[in-house]
Amino acid sequence: MYPASFEYAAPGDLDDALTLLRRFADGSPKVLAGGQSLIPLMKLRLAAPSHLVDLRRVAGLSYIREEGDWLRIGAMTTESEIERSPLLQQKYPILVDTSSVIADPLVRNLATVGGNLAHGDPANDHPAVMVSLGAEVVVRGSEGERTVDAEGFFRDLFVTDLAEDEILTQIRIPIASAGASGAYLKFERQVGDYAIAGVAASLRLAAGRIAESRIAFTNLGSIAARAAEAEQLMVGEAPGDSLFREGSLVASHGLSPWEDLRGDGAYKRRVATALTYRALTLAAKRAAPDS
Amino acid sequence: MSKISVSITVNGRIGSDEIEPRLLLVHYLRERLGLRGVRVGCDTSSCGACTVLVDGRAIKSCAMFAVQADGSEVLTVEGLSTGEGLHPIQESFWDEHALQCGFCTSGFIMAAYTLLAENPQPNPDEIKRAISGNLCRCTGYLNIVRAIEAAAAAMRNQAG
Repeated sequence: MYPASFEYAAPGDLDDALTLLRRFADGSPKVLAGGQSLIPLMKLRLAAPSHLVDLRRVAGLSYIREEGDWLRIGAMTTESEIERSPLLQQKYPILVDTSSVIADPLVRNLATVGGNLAHGDPANDHPAVMVSLGAEVVVRGSEGERTVDAEGFFRDLFVTDLAEDEILTQIRIPIASAGASGAYLKFERQVGDYAIAGVAASLRLAAGRIAESRIAFTNLGSIAARAAEAEQLMVGEAPGDSLFREGSLVASHGLSPWEDLRGDGAYKRRVATALTYRALTLAAKRAAPDS
Repeated sequence: MSKISVSITVNGRIGSDEIEPRLLLVHYLRERLGLRGVRVGCDTSSCGACTVLVDGRAIKSCAMFAVQADGSEVLTVEGLSTGEGLHPIQESFWDEHALQCGFCTSGFIMAAYTLLAENPQPNPDEIKRAISGNLCRCTGYLNIVRAIEAAAAAMRNQAG
């Protein structure tokens, strides 16, 4: 399969990349990160950008570091790098859960976290996780830099808050605090397929009770929406089996997943219930490893 | 559409070329350079038959444009062995009968090559994870896992 023709540029810095996006604004320019969603779409001619602005030569977009109140991840950081990061393995296991189930190891060597988010596909795994973590997306445009809550970043199926002449440069996540952790679980038919369902659960425990909970889903709606009712139900309660069973039922009850080859709505809700229960249980265990 | 000048080192040999941006790396390797060990299988980044290394990382060359490899080093199955002999991974695939039709084999060998560079003594689960992006419709995978285990042992012995 051959994509439609396009012009290509690999600028050396972010300002040049932004200038190029503005210069090509009459056409339909796209930013190329790892290409693992965009290139297959172009091969199927579901996407036919006039220009590709490849970020691979832009320095300083690939890093994982804690800085002040934030864990900062550069947009061009690959899934493989996240999967192998000792810092994330130790302090942010939910991110390792996520990257290690995205596509397959070969795709993960090119696929980037920024691309995963900017693509706006609710079947991608990072959106739900970033929503559950209360992450913010850092975006550069001609007007300078701005940040958007992950929750507000995803507008609709394949629609994000990102303008055509903006570049997603960083994801920042509130630094891991004591008693807080999370888990991401996904159920898929086979490696490389999209999720039948995926659940990201983040919990913060204080004095033996749930002080904060955030749950979001993968591929069960047009965006990675939160399970607000279930979250509220658990706040102030002591973590435990019956609470998590109730929370998972309430969380999945609010979903209306579409029917496709991966199952009908009722089946997907059942999968979501089971995964939510397991994700909450694992998140609580990680948040309070000694209890 | 304008062509782009690229300089890509493939199996140790530097080559310069003028290519269309939409040329996929797999077609560049197969058609421009004649490296037919790199296969087009599913053409949808599922099967891994097109797996090659770019700057040491195993990737699916049907999901990368050749222009993205400008300035990079590419290793294909043809570059594994220097001289007449086989690379230990190739030798093990032969010994353990890890192929039948052979179409997917070069992709598996390149995925195994990456794994063993990172982890010289993988257990069967680690091997299965490492080849989870490659499909084989003949063998049922058991012999492939055995071959990679055998190759790991041979390479450890060789390294002494």
